[in-house]
Amino acid sequence: MFTTWLPFEWIVAIRFLREGRLQTLFIVSGVAIGVGVIVFMSALLAGLQSNFIRRVLTTQAHIQLLQPQQMTRQLRSGADAPKGQVEGAIVQPPLQQTKSIDQWQAIVEQVRAMPAIKVVSPVTSGPVLVVRGSATRAVTISGIEPATYFRIVDFSDKILRGTSRLAGSDILIGSELSNDLGVDVGDKLHVTAANGGTGVLTIVGVFDLGNKGANQRNTFTVLHTAQSLLDLPGGVTSIEVTVQDIYSAETIAQRIAAATGVEADSWIKNSAQFFAAVSAQTTANTAIRFFVGLSVAFGIASVLVVSVVQKSREIGILRAMGISRGQILRLFLLQGGLLGFGGALAGCGIGACALWLWQRLARNADGTQLFPLEFDSAMFGIALVLATITGLLAALAPAVRAARLDPVVAIRG
Amino acid sequence: MDSNIVVQLRGVRKAFNIGTPFETEILHGIDLTLHRGDFCAVMGPSGSGKSTLLNIVGLLDRPTTGTLLIGSEETTTLDDKDLTRLRGHTIGFVFQYHHLITAFTALENVMIPMLGAAGFPNAHMRERAEQLIESVGLTTWRNNLAGNMSGGQQQRVAIARALAMNPAVLLADEPTGNLDTKSADAVFALLRKVNQEHGTTILFVTHNPSLANSCDKTIQVIDGLLTL
Repeated sequence: MFTTWLPFEWIVAIRFLREGRLQTLFIVSGVAIGVGVIVFMSALLAGLQSNFIRRVLTTQAHIQLLQPQQMTRQLRSGADAPKGQVEGAIVQPPLQQTKSIDQWQAIVEQVRAMPAIKVVSPVTSGPVLVVRGSATRAVTISGIEPATYFRIVDFSDKILRGTSRLAGSDILIGSELSNDLGVDVGDKLHVTAANGGTGVLTIVGVFDLGNKGANQRNTFTVLHTAQSLLDLPGGVTSIEVTVQDIYSAETIAQRIAAATGVEADSWIKNSAQFFAAVSAQTTANTAIRFFVGLSVAFGIASVLVVSVVQKSREIGILRAMGISRGQILRLFLLQGGLLGFGGALAGCGIGACALWLWQRLARNADGTQLFPLEFDSAMFGIALVLATITGLLAALAPAVRAARLDPVVAIRG
Repeated sequence: MDSNIVVQLRGVRKAFNIGTPFETEILHGIDLTLHRGDFCAVMGPSGSGKSTLLNIVGLLDRPTTGTLLIGSEETTTLDDKDLTRLRGHTIGFVFQYHHLITAFTALENVMIPMLGAAGFPNAHMRERAEQLIESVGLTTWRNNLAGNMSGGQQQRVAIARALAMNPAVLLADEPTGNLDTKSADAVFALLRKVNQEHGTTILFVTHNPSLANSCDKTIQVIDGLLTL
């Protein structure tokens, strides 16, 4: 018997779909497979991408602000020399000295106040030699403000031994350097800068940045220690910036460069090839989603076109009984929407199962997860809404056709 | 105007394929008046225009020229929406091939016209449908799907459905044409009962002279013209 809270169109639409059981089952399965593929693929690709990006971006800032490079200009001749004569014909590029960014405090404040900026952290870095007995290694020492810098590069999961808490004469070193020099947490390192500055720093932590070169070369200390070592009192060599939307880093970098006059390099520019690969993947993903969606729409439309032909006599009778064209239109639109929604519901289930299986089965040799999947519940919601809208749109042509049927012709069959 | 008049056709002509070389006029100027409680048989050879006449009276089709009054309402000037509303509320159809909706049970089929008009189902509809199903003697079968019933049973459900909105006019297009004699007599008796109990005006197309003779009057449609 009729469900009392359902309106006429819903009752008839559901009955028609139920009556054409096999047809409904096939098309719902088709929609479900389509939606399942989209859900699974989206989660997989999103997981893959964010894994890539995390690997690239967890050890570097999104934007790095640097002092503009020094340029060499041609030496012009004096006022009494013949016109156009150049004194110094050979122009050599200048040596790029380690120099502080002018007015960096003001720039830090200015950038912090800009929209879409997450963290701004000044860094002083330069080359130093670390000496331990007869062993010497050339490394880069970065003086950081731990409070802000650790929000850019999260050291909490990268520290192998010791701690990341830095004080006055503390230093963090990479695991490779620790092996090379045979030092560990608590040991002291003698550090010498090229300009003669020296210091003795205590190792408080050993980190692993996931890259052998980085573990060999990078060391971290607090800002003022690096400043005095590198003879840059009160100066910083770069300002590291993270932004809310990593994909808008380049636009923001350009905005910062225009506003402050410093050089601003985004990760997109610095890792152009990587970024191109990520964009290509996103484009391919969108194209696949679009075409799967299109085939779902055509599937629903074709089933409904057939249904209108099959049901034309019923449509004629309904019209003879005083059912309006609008009601007939809505009743077929609803069938499209219901097919889309039902299929998407099943598809989300299929997608979720496939993702679960993937997480269980696709593993590294050591049993750890290949990469974490992006399990976004909003994606299921979006899939449901989009599939329902697709169903409604696909049903439009058949529904209009049904509504326009001449009842006399329809009843005659 | 006589308040007992429920249907009035004046000079109704109906042509098809107008403006093409295949233009054919099926009805050549029909004048017909039906009063409340009339039980009128329509006879005539196949292709003479009986069904076209019924479709026009049933507001499924529009006359090419002429006027059609249903009750006191002039229908030739109404738009599709108003025609649909008027059809739903004043006219009931019974077709030769029962034409129930197979996805629904007998009781649900009877409820459909009421449901379509009201939008949502309610207890009153169900009550009325039960009464109608009982009046056609099918209470036992009321929850059977329409497709699982015999021809005679389906036609009785179709009559119950046609009466759901308590129409002033019931149009029956050869409702007994596809039934055996016994079922045909039962269906005819039912129509007669409806006519007498509710005063419903019935236009009854048939090829069966004995059934036609049992009606109050008979009109003949021959070559698109009416003879009483």
